[in-house]
Amino acid sequence: MQLEVLYFAWVRERIGVPRETVQTEARTVADLVAELTTREERYAAAFADLSTVRVALDQTLSGFEAELAGVREVAFFPPMTGG
Amino acid sequence: MDVLIQSEVFDAGAELNRFSQRAANNGAGAVVSFTGLVRDLADSPLSRMEIEHYPGMTERAIEAIRAEAVTRWSLSGALVIHRHGQLAAGDPIMMVATAAPHRVDAFAAAEFLMDYLKSRAPFWKKEVTAQGASWVDSKAEDEAALDRWA
Repeated sequence: MQLEVLYFAWVRERIGVPRETVQTEARTVADLVAELTTREERYAAAFADLSTVRVALDQTLSGFEAELAGVREVAFFPPMTGG
Repeated sequence: MDVLIQSEVFDAGAELNRFSQRAANNGAGAVVSFTGLVRDLADSPLSRMEIEHYPGMTERAIEAIRAEAVTRWSLSGALVIHRHGQLAAGDPIMMVATAAPHRVDAFAAAEFLMDYLKSRAPFWKKEVTAQGASWVDSKAEDEAALDRWA
């Protein structure tokens, strides 16, 4: 499966790119995070404390247990600070 | 337009006048507005504020929040403007305006919009000073504020 993965704010800064295409067989968001974390240290740094990371699937806020089947765009970012 | 996501500065007074005129034509008897400004820092002057956002999801999330407010309080109108990019101290960051036949609904809907924009619209603020840059932390009370609308 091919996913567009986007990063924002300090998650983007730690990983070093705003977006990338990822080839993966991960079933859930948590599986994808675990897979990326083993790939390179910069992912481990970004995902060290998942209580400070939020995820959106196809631009809708979601959770780490959500399944990736049918999803095209995954985004990781810190809690939002709008307003 | 009822939702504006832009980097350009806006004139809150002019926007409010335009919104009020339209709301009056639409049966409103009350208009409430809130404008958020870039606050300077006490300890070290702010060089600028940078606001990052998630194009696409931002518009989608705010439109959903706005539609929910319009439905809950039978509003005559609701406006959200939010900036991104580089902002200076004192600049307007965002504004909401709500219009309803009576003030209770207009006040409640404006608070609802603000509470949701704080923690559910994909914006991230960074404060830049002579000492460096730091991302603004989200506040537990902002997340807790959503509970009252559940």
